Amino acid sequence: MGGSILGNRVLRKEDPKFLTTGGVYVDDLLSEPALVGALHVTYVRSTVAHGNITAIDTSDAASMPGIVVVLTGKDLGLEPVPSAFNPAATRTLLAIEKVRYVGEPIVAIVSNTREQGEDAIDAVIIDYDVLPALIDLEEAMASSTLLYEACGSNVVFDSMVLGLPDNTGDAYFADCEVVVKGRYLNQRVAPCPLEVRGAAAAWGKDGRLTEWLSTQHAQGAVAPLAAANGVDPSMVHVKTPDVGGGFGAKIGAYPEELLLGVIAKRVGKPVRWRETRSESMVGLGHGRAQLQYVTIGGKRDGTVTHYQLWAIQDSGGWVDMGTILAPFMTRPMSSGVYAIPNIECRTTSVVTNTTPTVAYRGAGRPEATAAIERAMDMFALEIGIDAVEVRRKNLIPKFMTPHTTVVGQTYDVGDYETSLNKVLDAADYKGWRAKQKAARDSRAAKQIGIGVSVYVEITGGVGNGESAKVEVLDNGHALIYTGTSPHGQGHATSWAMLANEQTGIPIENIELVWGDTDLVPIGTGTMGSRSLQQGGNAVFAVAAELVNKAKSVAARLLEASEEDIVLDKDSASFHVAGTPAVAKTWADLAMAEKQSGGLVHSDVINVSGATFPFGAHVAVVEVDVETGKVTHIAHTACDDAGKVLNPMLLEGQIHGGVAQGVAQALLEEVCYDPDGNPITSNLADYAFISAAELPSVTVVHMETPTPINLIGAKGIGESGTIGSTPAVQSAVIDAVSQFGVKHIDMPTTAEKVWAAIQSAR
Amino acid sequence: MIPAPFDYKRASSAAEAISLVSEYGEDAKFLAGGHSLLPLMKLRLAQPAVLIDIARIEDLSYIRDAGNHIAIGALTRHMDVEKSPILAEHAPLLSFAASHVGDPQVRHRGTIGGSIAHADSASDLPATTLALGATYVVQGPNGTREIAAADFYLGFLESALAPDEMLTEIRVPKMNGATWGFQKFNRRAQDWAIVGVAAWKRGTESGVGLVNMGSVPVLATSVANAIAGGASIGDAAKLAGAEAEPQSDLNASAQYRVHLAEVLVRRALESTSH
Repeated sequence: MGGSILGNRVLRKEDPKFLTTGGVYVDDLLSEPALVGALHVTYVRSTVAHGNITAIDTSDAASMPGIVVVLTGKDLGLEPVPSAFNPAATRTLLAIEKVRYVGEPIVAIVSNTREQGEDAIDAVIIDYDVLPALIDLEEAMASSTLLYEACGSNVVFDSMVLGLPDNTGDAYFADCEVVVKGRYLNQRVAPCPLEVRGAAAAWGKDGRLTEWLSTQHAQGAVAPLAAANGVDPSMVHVKTPDVGGGFGAKIGAYPEELLLGVIAKRVGKPVRWRETRSESMVGLGHGRAQLQYVTIGGKRDGTVTHYQLWAIQDSGGWVDMGTILAPFMTRPMSSGVYAIPNIECRTTSVVTNTTPTVAYRGAGRPEATAAIERAMDMFALEIGIDAVEVRRKNLIPKFMTPHTTVVGQTYDVGDYETSLNKVLDAADYKGWRAKQKAARDSRAAKQIGIGVSVYVEITGGVGNGESAKVEVLDNGHALIYTGTSPHGQGHATSWAMLANEQTGIPIENIELVWGDTDLVPIGTGTMGSRSLQQGGNAVFAVAAELVNKAKSVAARLLEASEEDIVLDKDSASFHVAGTPAVAKTWADLAMAEKQSGGLVHSDVINVSGATFPFGAHVAVVEVDVETGKVTHIAHTACDDAGKVLNPMLLEGQIHGGVAQGVAQALLEEVCYDPDGNPITSNLADYAFISAAELPSVTVVHMETPTPINLIGAKGIGESGTIGSTPAVQSAVIDAVSQFGVKHIDMPTTAEKVWAAIQSAR
Repeated sequence: MIPAPFDYKRASSAAEAISLVSEYGEDAKFLAGGHSLLPLMKLRLAQPAVLIDIARIEDLSYIRDAGNHIAIGALTRHMDVEKSPILAEHAPLLSFAASHVGDPQVRHRGTIGGSIAHADSASDLPATTLALGATYVVQGPNGTREIAAADFYLGFLESALAPDEMLTEIRVPKMNGATWGFQKFNRRAQDWAIVGVAAWKRGTESGVGLVNMGSVPVLATSVANAIAGGASIGDAAKLAGAEAEPQSDLNASAQYRVHLAEVLVRRALESTSH
């Protein structure tokens, strides 16, 4: 018998399609019978950041060529919908009375072609009574101008409502020899999936709504779609075509998507909608957007004894998921990898006249990591000890049974110092320090900076388990039904590897079914790096159970006792122990079971909790001190995701994660002018990173399996993003700390670096 | 991201293009490589009623040695300017600058004439040809005329081209062994320059063009005059901002742009490339 397929660099099954004919995305559903003759929906969006709508005139637009109807929220009879995270905040899916950010949808144009809808946008006249635009977080917090009057404040969520105490201020640090304070902006960024949002909707003769959605979680869209369309959830069928990325921003369903069924019903025809990139930059939720007040205190020998964080989260113009990331993701991870005996963390979420914030790759954990890592660097700089040594002194020692931090978060297993040592070796940390010294001594224009981060994060914290169904067909091929939802990760390959490991069915004979709520009614989707440890774990367990079922069928056919049946995985067939010549294939067994419901098993497999992957990154940058220009010249990442299923997929996740993390450190920021007009709403202005700005990433492998699931796997989807950002930011500051620079906010653009040098000198 | 409706006409010769533009007047725009015009149309910042496609006029794509200067057809693609052996020998600064325009896809579609006629101060080739003392040949209903690069750029996206004129040729004086440097300072490889500098020097003679240092490409004459007067490169470079009127925007403040121009002019002039 051959060895296990698990842990091998199996090529992605899905790539031949993506690399040749391409994926089939929502916009490609041209031969879908239910969408033949579909009309196009174009949304007219607010051009002001904050204002009351005084009049909407759609008459000119309605008479333009190809326009079927132009609909306002009033025309559709839309009622206010409360936020799931603060029910006092309500909105209509098309703004009727008030707009709260540029890009908020107000009017739906229905046209025969997409171009006709686009042409009609300018003919819709909307009058506003403009209100003061609140863009700055702290100004919004203090302002008497309220986005949601019913909330009584622009603060829409505070950790204190959870019964958690306020921070105690400077008194907390009374016993510390050294106290360092910082104010860090974890800036607003745009997720920028290659495929922007899109959806299509059609009502069937049976009165059911089918919605094709570019989403990370089809099952999660059923309830809001049912509510928006006024039908029972059983009357909603969501189908997910190929999805070109989401990064967290496609977890929830958006107004533009929820309304398509309503519009389709109104016009009596199916409809489709696809946003443009410019729309996506203001309509798709943004990420991060957290202001952090940090104080760190301890002893001169490098021991950190006290840490205090006030995280002020920008919710944007709607109380969406971004609101709760600070209290439920940043706060629990505020201790990071360190054994700090005293920690206070308050979070305050504030609405502003900007695009609403949602989950974005890391979702609250990168913010926690950036805060503590930056604080560690500033503490080290203050006491004059190497930042690596300060970290090492404060790391939680290796633990193989659960460890609970003072903020009450329990980590599964951890070996932080080993990951730090591995990455320092692989990156040649000492060698770079020597090169740095030489550059400093020679006063060269190009100076070197080295940044180190050590992190721990939460993965698989969303959902308590996942559904899986494995079905063997007459030809012996298998179908896997999963409640997770691939949009780039490689589930088709990974899940086939897991099923192959149990059944012996070749991976090329295993197909994946997902994202169709009729075929897979139970699912929590793909988010929070949960897929493998929950969805993969379920496939692994269900496939094992199916093998047991198959053995009982084989026993019947071979007239033997079930205990004597063995599965030969190499030939994917069953026989009685000792007589391999007489065997039954999976096809034989499936045929035998055809009349009694088929050879299939399904279940929801629970997991007992989240896992806590960890690791360490070393970033090296070159800074041109005359111009401030930063060049990222080396990056080494050691990310421990537990048991690795496919190292190639793991490396891909790290490469992509590092790219997005580096982009935040160096380049990307969503910006507004003082009136709340977005000034980064295309990819020329928004500095989306490209390969040319990145070094080749060195990946260092380390595996500390988790006891939480059968596979021993933790999540890897977000680790690269979490570890890389603070390492790169730290490296930039390290390069210019010789001039007295202590902190530079992200993105560390050339002008900011140059200005920091000028003001420190 | 979807342009407003427009009519499309294709010209097969310069004469036909000029006749078409005379017919449609200011509502018409020439379409060459499309890499400046189409993005503006997709953002609906430009909404021409008629596009006159000149990209298929074959006799306007050439690079020829014309004695004292190199003659470049207006429809020559950036990639051909970048790879030309004639330019590598006689005007390497222009080839090098062309290799920094956008990304390879842009360089395979975009044309030198389109870039110059678009007259964007943030583009690399207007300032580079300006630094080189180029002359532009334009053709109109009444024949051709020559415009010195120094007289061509009038304001933001505004040039000395009349609405019924078409740029047909760029004449670049041979560099005759001058040293040269091209410095493009940007956030990302494919971005427009925050500040760019094209400069050459031969003894006390020099030319310095600045990218994105105002509403028009800037000829830094103070720098050249200082060098002619015997100043060191370091001292002359400090005058880089003298003719510039840079704006503050998302990518840089005006003050920082002036600082960058000083550093980059010095580096460009110190370059020993031949």
